[in-house]
Amino acid sequence: MMERNAVKREIPSRIDGYGYTSEKLFEGAFARRPSGCHAGPRIRAAVPGVGSKLAGGVHEAIMASGLKSGMTISFHHHLRNGDYVVNQVIQACAELGISDLTIFPTALFDVHKAIIPYIKSGVVGRIMGSVNGAIGKLVSEGGLDAPVVLRSHGGRPRAVISGDVHIDVAFIAAPTADRAGNISGQMGRSACGSIGYAFTDAQNADVVVAITDNLQSYPISPVSIPGVHVDLVAVTDSIGDPAGIVSGTTRVTRDPMRLLIAKYASRLIEASPYFMVGISFQTGAGGIPLAVTAFMKEAMKRRDIRGSFGLGGITGYFVDLMKEGLVQKLMDVQSFDLDAVHSIASDPNHIEISADWYANPWNCGAAVNMLDVVILGATEVDVDFNANVNTEADGALLHGIGGHQDTAAGAKLTIIAQPLMRGRIPCVVDRVHTVTTPGEVVDALVTEFGVTINPQRKDLADACAEFAASRDIPLVPIDELAERARRMSGPMEPIRVSDRVVAVVEWRDGTVIDVIRQLEK
Amino acid sequence: MRRTMLYLPGNNPNMLLRGHLFEPDGLVIDLEDSVSAGEKDSARILVREVLRRGEFGACEVTARINGTDTEHWRKDVQAVVSCGASGVRVPKVESPQTVRDLDEEISGAEAQAGIPQGSVKIFCLLETAFGVWNAYDIAKASPRVTAIIPGGEDLAADLRTSRSREGTELEWVRRMLIVVARAAGVDALDTVFPHVSDDDGLRREANFVKQLGYDGKSVVHPNQIPIIHEVYAPTEREIDNARRIVEAASAAQARGLGAVSVDGRMIDAPVIRRARFTLVRAGLASDSESKG
Repeated sequence: MMERNAVKREIPSRIDGYGYTSEKLFEGAFARRPSGCHAGPRIRAAVPGVGSKLAGGVHEAIMASGLKSGMTISFHHHLRNGDYVVNQVIQACAELGISDLTIFPTALFDVHKAIIPYIKSGVVGRIMGSVNGAIGKLVSEGGLDAPVVLRSHGGRPRAVISGDVHIDVAFIAAPTADRAGNISGQMGRSACGSIGYAFTDAQNADVVVAITDNLQSYPISPVSIPGVHVDLVAVTDSIGDPAGIVSGTTRVTRDPMRLLIAKYASRLIEASPYFMVGISFQTGAGGIPLAVTAFMKEAMKRRDIRGSFGLGGITGYFVDLMKEGLVQKLMDVQSFDLDAVHSIASDPNHIEISADWYANPWNCGAAVNMLDVVILGATEVDVDFNANVNTEADGALLHGIGGHQDTAAGAKLTIIAQPLMRGRIPCVVDRVHTVTTPGEVVDALVTEFGVTINPQRKDLADACAEFAASRDIPLVPIDELAERARRMSGPMEPIRVSDRVVAVVEWRDGTVIDVIRQLEK
Repeated sequence: MRRTMLYLPGNNPNMLLRGHLFEPDGLVIDLEDSVSAGEKDSARILVREVLRRGEFGACEVTARINGTDTEHWRKDVQAVVSCGASGVRVPKVESPQTVRDLDEEISGAEAQAGIPQGSVKIFCLLETAFGVWNAYDIAKASPRVTAIIPGGEDLAADLRTSRSREGTELEWVRRMLIVVARAAGVDALDTVFPHVSDDDGLRREANFVKQLGYDGKSVVHPNQIPIIHEVYAPTEREIDNARRIVEAASAAQARGLGAVSVDGRMIDAPVIRRARFTLVRAGLASDSESKG
């Protein structure tokens, strides 16, 4: 039986491997409120002078953790496409005869395609977390028995703290650790800066294993995750490839179309009521967002406006903004490049924050709630401003949610900036293939053809109209934009899917906003 | 205004549909060098379709056709004129006869398409020493000729040299052609600056040709447009001065006075024209007002 949620998506009332959905259909961005108390981990007690947390290597740590078949294990993705830890742990589990694991990573990258044979052999039975690249493709084609559950950066800690997901063992890649299990991401050959995505796992898993290639004498400083949460420390030759962990210096794009989109987005921000002293923003590391930051920097200097904080994934570009006094603080859940890693290790105004602090909708106020402006991307946006960041034009699951839902919900001005077409594939459509973020929290779409404002934000349209008189912001209604995309692309063949659900997209509050169905071969 | 005329490859739908978004003053849809020999027909069909859509914002839309020594040029003219291009840029013009032949072909195409005779303009690319030498006769060969443009790479090769960042090899040609253009009453448009990542070099060259008197430059990359517009933008002082001259001229005209005086200095007609044009460049008046 199908039920329809608040963004008009047909959701099966029961999904094999996920459960009943009737009580958790998406009702609206802020509709569902929590009740009850936090879930929690097993209580442990370390007796002075008894035992050691140093477990040896990965195999020994897995054995010492008590991990058994059918349990749930978690990972963080701070080492991004350079991560070795997920592959090492899954391979070791296979060698130890452990199977049917639920893996609960914050995200998987292309480097993790090495676990595909273990998915096929049953070592990994289920994935709850963002899947990118090859594993996403495998899932889309029906390669896993249970559907993948996709959660946002804020939805994931919410799921842990509220008890939707219980982590049996958290494996935390630790660029630096000591024998008491204190962990830092800021030092070591595999330094990645912030390790904010791992905090909630460390606080809520029954067993926490730090895996490090840089064991230092006790106590290290600074400490990101204190050893009070950590049961075991495993030492391995290498936890990752530095080249895949952080990028070099991030440069602003010279692609003229992206620059044009960024210019319009920046003008929209300048026209908005939020462009004032104390403005806070999140722009991320992509080509367009970084260029928006560059244009905003010019505008801030021109109008002598100093911002309060930059949020989210932090790049060297943001570090420079802080050095120039254009923002006062950086709140960093993920450091994208070497400059950001160096900055978080040396500047007290560069603050490491957890995913919970960053984006969880069910705490006493996440950082996204303090955000004025966010620039996001999407693979598609529809005429209701619903955004899809999960599936590609061919319907394949290729991307996680990231902080998309959380920042869109939290920020006062949510802008999706993207070209109208990618090749000949339209990015503005009548109906997105997958709803990741509902149109009610998307305020504007910016393409190379101009700025398209959600009709619900009349205030913004008025501000732009006033501003346009002197500074030229082309305003394009959404229907006109969709029609233009249609004319440019010509007819598109519809995506053919079966009834089987291969992934469930949860809204940040744990309700089901959409499902992704298996692609027909 | 023709401060910037952006070349768009005639075989690239992506650029053809978006070129105007970068707000150059004009577009040059290219059927010549950016289209390989085997693609000439398909590019012409694509260009025709894009021209028919007519979505080019406020840009002047022209097309660079293949040379009159090729088998393609007549088909190019028929295609672009019938679909609404307002100008034809013709490469390697060496003699007035080339212009007369082109004029005749365009007249035929205008008649066939029901377009008023003479509305499609000719932009002459002078890419050989012989063409440069004949520049005045070329510019006067037809009332359709609206601009002359020195060549870049081809001209340097014909001069038996190569292009340098400093532009030494083109300097004399540039100086000569501005005099020719003014004598013939047509625009002088400069050739492209090919180093698309060298913003400082572009700014230097644009400043140089602007000072010589050029009306603008051809551009090969959208990122070059704002730099050239910035170079051509009048200063606050120039705008203020121009405004006062235009106001004084209007006041004098209203009172039926022939002579105009600003700050105790008599102002004649060319200065008033120049002042009006300054306001156009500053975006404070329309092109038609400057000609009026």
